[in-house]
Amino acid sequence: MKLKPLVAALGLAVGLALGSTAALAQASQPVRIGFITDMASLYADIDGPAGGEMVKWAAQDFGGKVLGRPIEVLTADHQNKADVASSKAREWIDKDGLNMLVGGTSSGTALAMAKVASEKKRPYFVIGAGSARLTNEECTPYTVHYAYDTVALAKVAANALVKAGNKDWYFLTADYAFGHSLESDAANVVKANGGRVVGSVRHPLNASDFSSFLLQAQGSKAQILAMANAGGDFINAMKAAKEFGINKTMKVAGLLVFINDVHSLGLANTEGLQLADSWYWNQDEASRKFAQRFFAKYKRMPSSLQAADYSATMTYLKAVQAAGTLDADKVMAQVKKMPVNDFYSKGTIRADGRMIHDMYLFQVKSAKESTTPWDYYKLVAKVPGDQAFTTLAESKCALIKK
Amino acid sequence: MEIFGIPHQAFLGQLMLGLVNGAFYAILSLGLAVIFGLLDIVNFAHGALYMLGAFAAWIALDSFGINYWLALIVAPLAVGVVGVLIERLLLKRLYGLDPLYGLLLTFGLSLIFEGVFRDRFGVSGQSYPVPELLSGATNLGFMILPNYRAWVVLASLVVCLGTWFIIERTRLGAYLRAGTENARLVQAFGVNVPLMVMLTYGAGAALAAFAGVLAAPIVQVTPLMGSNLIIVVFAVVVIGGMGSILGSVITGLGLGVIEGLTRVFYPEASNVVVFVIMAIVLMLRPAGLFGKEA
Amino acid sequence: MSARSIRLISLLLLALGLVAPYVGLYPVFVMKLLCFALFACAFNLLLGFTGLLSFGHAAFFGGAAYVTGWFIKSLGWTPELGVLAGMVVAALLGVVFGGVAIRRQGIYFAMVTLALAQMVFFLCLQLPFTGGEDGLQGVPRGNLLGLLPLDSDIAMYYVVLAVFVAAYLAIQRIVTSPFGQVLKMIRENEPRAISLGYEVDRYKLMAFVLSAALSGLAGSLKTVVMGFATLSDVHWSMSGEVILMSLLGGVGTFFGPVLGASVVIALQNMLADKVGAWVTVIIGVIFVVCVLAFRRGVVGELVEWLDRRRPRKTTAPTARADHEAHSGETRADITA
Repeated sequence: MKLKPLVAALGLAVGLALGSTAALAQASQPVRIGFITDMASLYADIDGPAGGEMVKWAAQDFGGKVLGRPIEVLTADHQNKADVASSKAREWIDKDGLNMLVGGTSSGTALAMAKVASEKKRPYFVIGAGSARLTNEECTPYTVHYAYDTVALAKVAANALVKAGNKDWYFLTADYAFGHSLESDAANVVKANGGRVVGSVRHPLNASDFSSFLLQAQGSKAQILAMANAGGDFINAMKAAKEFGINKTMKVAGLLVFINDVHSLGLANTEGLQLADSWYWNQDEASRKFAQRFFAKYKRMPSSLQAADYSATMTYLKAVQAAGTLDADKVMAQVKKMPVNDFYSKGTIRADGRMIHDMYLFQVKSAKESTTPWDYYKLVAKVPGDQAFTTLAESKCALIKK
Repeated sequence: MEIFGIPHQAFLGQLMLGLVNGAFYAILSLGLAVIFGLLDIVNFAHGALYMLGAFAAWIALDSFGINYWLALIVAPLAVGVVGVLIERLLLKRLYGLDPLYGLLLTFGLSLIFEGVFRDRFGVSGQSYPVPELLSGATNLGFMILPNYRAWVVLASLVVCLGTWFIIERTRLGAYLRAGTENARLVQAFGVNVPLMVMLTYGAGAALAAFAGVLAAPIVQVTPLMGSNLIIVVFAVVVIGGMGSILGSVITGLGLGVIEGLTRVFYPEASNVVVFVIMAIVLMLRPAGLFGKEA
Repeated sequence: MSARSIRLISLLLLALGLVAPYVGLYPVFVMKLLCFALFACAFNLLLGFTGLLSFGHAAFFGGAAYVTGWFIKSLGWTPELGVLAGMVVAALLGVVFGGVAIRRQGIYFAMVTLALAQMVFFLCLQLPFTGGEDGLQGVPRGNLLGLLPLDSDIAMYYVVLAVFVAAYLAIQRIVTSPFGQVLKMIRENEPRAISLGYEVDRYKLMAFVLSAALSGLAGSLKTVVMGFATLSDVHWSMSGEVILMSLLGGVGTFFGPVLGASVVIALQNMLADKVGAWVTVIIGVIFVVCVLAFRRGVVGELVEWLDRRRPRKTTAPTARADHEAHSGETRADITA
């Protein structure tokens, strides 16, 4: 046969071969934990490759083995695409015998992965995605929503602020599902506490300029400007807010802010910002120890998500150990029985998969108040878990027997 | 008094903001219009060059302590050199071919620049401070306008008019325009056309970088900043007419105002309104508003 | 490339396709590859054979993906009807886009298609049924014709393979038919075609609609295989990706788009495990290298190289043109 005809055939074959490896199922396979998140774009700094490393650290610190088998951690970049996340998770489970899935950062990808995990019966610990649907309409027996959700962020921020007298709220919302749910969850809490939503404006994702929206916000004369957006949009909006002197007449509340965003903006731009989060590196001694270890490698402090990655992996491994098996149903039963008690939080995991733990309202310090690098937050209020998250009575999860 | 349901003060404020953004679009599209108008190259790397300009300003400040005012000159020069290199090493080989090849090559270049910077700097971006002299805001009565934004309008309009003047009204500009229409003939007169072409591309790149420096204090300096804007910039140039510098300046200003008004009445659509305009304009005037018929 | 060689390759590839799941290749990956290969072939019909570069093909691929997903998930249609619905919508979009864009040339044509595709993107973002950022998820595979359950990856795989082969043959048939010859004439020398009396705009529109419908088929299939349709299917970077696949493989060749799609999808899959920024750089480098050195794409360059090496009976230019006119494999630049 001529060389030429073979070339294209080989091309297809090469393409196929490059993309897949033969599936082998041996008895003494390692225990595989898969971490899928946004490694290179919008959310890469708050979770990203460093988060993957935290999963590995947890595995190492656990002893590197569980039930006599070595632990192997796989990582992948979902590029914020639900299809990539879903395919990767599916491939790992089908071909590599994945035992546990962890990750998210972006509700779309988390929802997609939760479906795969549920179909294939593997525990899936969601870190970083905010949608409360994961433990309500879309709850499954295998999903654990670990760090935070939009309801918790809204309740913590809105509750504390309205009670402190900030009754009138104006929302600057990113026009997509996550932004809408942040806004509606927060608005519900504001109204429940006797406050008012005097106006809102929705901006497209990746808006280039916020001045127009901020002008509208200023015109509303509300006391609080609530930012129902995240990442680059939040950062640009904050910069513009400072430029237009918004913080002279209104308090700015960020509904989803990570320490990396504050670092990126600098204290000059964020001073006085109110935000809710699940963990801060400087909140106690154990947290500081973890943070110093992280800092030594990455020259920056860990975000709450990176801490959660470590904690979630540990929790899973402890549960496997205690249950004596890798069977997903038994492990999930164990996970929902055992309390979580580590530097990240002290909490429990409920029947609907929601992890209940304390949440905090922080305020960003001014440059004068900040004494050491990354010393950005002061604690304003601590909200106990049962008040911060959706209660069982309110839950729309089909797994809850009412 | 209410205009279309919003108080007239707010309306004027939005119009003002629209003009500010429009001026920015104008300066941003200027380099692209120059490169296409004179060289027939569809420069998809324009967004990346804009990003390079902003980063050059940031690196200049962070590592060398070069302040904003110097950066306004240094960054465009540095990126201009990059542009010259791109033209000399890569684009030169594509002359005589379909201009779409130039587009694909520059698209590839923009991916390379973005990827490398993303790897090096991450995506959260860096903060660039507003220069001391321009900080603060002025009360215009109907709104409070940050001084820096007023400066952006001024700088953009001055540079735009200056560029237009050089190209349309000076002898250098005449050589440029002639040289790109009929290189051989102009070269026969002793003008070094390849050098002019190279410098023109470099100048276009420098203009993109200038816009980047102007933008740095307003938006976060991130590797993604170019790709967010590139298709809007293209739309502006196409609407204005791809051969016309005046066209893209006027379109930029107009788009800023229209987008600003859209932000008030239908904010979710403010990212897409430019494409609606582009489709309409191209249906009615195929070569754009001020373009010459292909 | 002679017709005989083409048939040989095709049979070899088909054989490979038939045994793929049993030689350890992951079926879901191969299905994804087939969908994108089909998308690239459909795009190539417009670019390689008609000479029109569209920047908006994601609208057809993604639009059909959403439509199919919605019909199957919300209205409970069977998969083949859902796919058909997707194709019809894509064809209709093709009529609209084509009607507006055909009148323009070159870069203006490309920009109009981009503008229209952005509007489709905006619609997909805003309309409630699409699920916005989360995408349309949880689309069941259902039963083909109400009879054959497609939940098994193996069953789904053979269905996709069959559809791909049918569509591929259809494209081949279109290109080698008299209609296809007119398209090639339009690409080579449009003024001449007009002077010969052909209604060039009608032919271009027809090619556009066919390309759109087949792109829609690819998108619809993808939805059934993967179970979701998301915004990345209608984003302009998807349009860029299909251009890359065609360019890399060889515009105007038959196997080129298939090869290009295979390489790009495989690269993305391999590199998904590493940090994403370098994927972007590598794709950028591929673009640059292809445009500078590989304009005919891998397959095109190889065909050209091997053609030059083959001994010829006569060296008269007419004989060579004859030979190429009769061969199934053609190569083309996108030069006007």
